[in-house]
Amino acid sequence: MTNLAIAANGLRKSYGDKVVLDGIDLAVPEATIFSLLGPNGAGKTTTVQILSTLIAADGGTAAVGGHDLARKPDDVRGAIGVTGQYSAVDKLLTGEENLLLMADLKHLSRRDGKRKAAELLERFDLLDAARKPAATYSGGMQRRLDLAMTLVGDPRLIFLDEPTTGLDPRSRRSMWQIVRELVASGVTIFLTTQYLEEADELADRIALLDHGRLIAEGTPEELKRLIPGGHIELTFADTHLLDAARHLLGTGIADPQALTLQVPSDGGVRAIRELLVVLDEHSIDIADLSVHTPDLDDVFLTLTGQHKETTR
Amino acid sequence: MSTLTLAVRDSSTMVRRQLKRLIRYPSMTVQLVVTPAILLLVFVYVLGGTLGNGLGGGGGGRDAYVNYIVPGILLMAAATAATGTAVMVATDMTEGIIARFRTMRIYRASVLTGHVVASVIQQLLGMIVLIVIALVIGFRPNATAIEWLATAGLLTLFAIAITWLSVALGLKSPTPEAASNAPMPLVLLPFLGSGFVPTDSMPTVLRWFAEYQPFTPIMETIRGLLLGTPIGNSAAIALAWCVGLTAVSYLWAKNTFNKA
Ligand SMILES: Nc1ncnc2c1ncn2[C@@H]1O[C@H](COP(=O)(O)OP(=O)(O)OP(=O)(O)O)[C@@H](O)[C@H]1O
Ligand SMILES: [Mg+2]
Repeated sequence: MTNLAIAANGLRKSYGDKVVLDGIDLAVPEATIFSLLGPNGAGKTTTVQILSTLIAADGGTAAVGGHDLARKPDDVRGAIGVTGQYSAVDKLLTGEENLLLMADLKHLSRRDGKRKAAELLERFDLLDAARKPAATYSGGMQRRLDLAMTLVGDPRLIFLDEPTTGLDPRSRRSMWQIVRELVASGVTIFLTTQYLEEADELADRIALLDHGRLIAEGTPEELKRLIPGGHIELTFADTHLLDAARHLLGTGIADPQALTLQVPSDGGVRAIRELLVVLDEHSIDIADLSVHTPDLDDVFLTLTGQHKETTR
Repeated sequence: MSTLTLAVRDSSTMVRRQLKRLIRYPSMTVQLVVTPAILLLVFVYVLGGTLGNGLGGGGGGRDAYVNYIVPGILLMAAATAATGTAVMVATDMTEGIIARFRTMRIYRASVLTGHVVASVIQQLLGMIVLIVIALVIGFRPNATAIEWLATAGLLTLFAIAITWLSVALGLKSPTPEAASNAPMPLVLLPFLGSGFVPTDSMPTVLRWFAEYQPFTPIMETIRGLLLGTPIGNSAAIALAWCVGLTAVSYLWAKNTFNKA
């Protein structure tokens, strides 16, 4: 069994009467990307704040980076890096000064600090702006500086709270690339997002958070398979074959114009093989085949009974 | 690393952070010298002739008044700076970087120590400028080197005390705007003490307040050190106020910061 970077049990948090987290269990293996996915107000930031020692939970226990959250918060702090939802750079200082400040607080030697800062400025494409105050940076640049600052002490576990919200598609892709590189080097990432596409793209495991409860957890594929709505789309050379297949299978939605037949299916390998065998036995040739697993939007819709309000 | 080394190292990092910020945005520092300097000039040149005659003893007039007003102006400068510090701290607390600091394994209070030390340095530099201006317009202290050192020491203690107080006030303020009002009374205290006129010229209730508020013994001690007027027990009371205020404010600030 692999070690867990985060193991949480029954985390709860309320503000007054409002229950924000209602018993959250989490298990995040080392060197993986775990994504907490949920709409506005689901409790994502609250979860990150608890796990990163910013606020105390009302109930539940957690070990983060192998340290007990309640009893050894300083050891947890030593093991993690946090890039919060809102910019956490010193806007009056330059990008370089911000990085050197982090290096000093991580107690690197002056030389190591300088080297690290130079390396990160280069890696995050901030060399040209290194000597300018962070207040003059664009949103994307501030976001990159923010993450660069988090990386100064080479933390093994990194929290990213909505790292790409508000970024343009290109900046988002480059942020994804950085996240992938980090994981490849053995870092564990705990990432929150309200973008289904992002969780799908990056995460090894996804947990769906809604109104302070985890409503589902698993790999992206597992989650997609949880729900109906998937289908296999077959394309035929002519209407004759299309009709034959339609009769043979006894189910599916035919589109004579496009010469396609949509057969309901979970999209698994087994289902595909069975389908192909049946068609083959009756000598019905197919021109094309594509599998449509439902996307995570469908998952959310099915599990919560309502559309997720994306604020893209 | 031992807790003490950690505390010293992180605090000096935070002091450097704060000094950089002060140097980059000097308007606050300039204002902190300009306001008391204008006050000094107005009091000396507009009111000084008359007020100086009312001091009793000595030559009277404008020259006597320059000598009299300097301690009050110095404390006033520190109090003005304290207002600035409260705003700085309150603004800082709204910045995301503070949340980042809280998730790092650093000596917690270093964030506050950074503000205090940088602000005290800023205040002492401001006071030096004010003393130079005062010397130019006729301030004639007769202090020995030791007395100058003692003056510097007391002013430093006072600056530390009032800065910790304003840090606590800044932390308690819900917004930077609120923080700019909280330390306002401190700026008035030199007036309601022996800063600009001797307390025995005041009505009874005011005089009672003026004699027992902390600024008066501090101003009297500095006046004594620089000009040779009698100090009496003012020095001891002044020290007690500085140390007490620092201790209480420090604990208050630290608690407030840790709770937030
Ligand atoms: N300090 C607080 N006081 C009162 N309520 C709070 C506080 N912080 C969060 N909440 C409430 O807790 C709920 C969850 O907030 P949280 O910030 O964790 O959501 P989120 O999933 O991060 O949302 P978003 O996508 O908008 O960032 C919200 O309803 C919010 O109003
Ligand atoms: Mg959030």
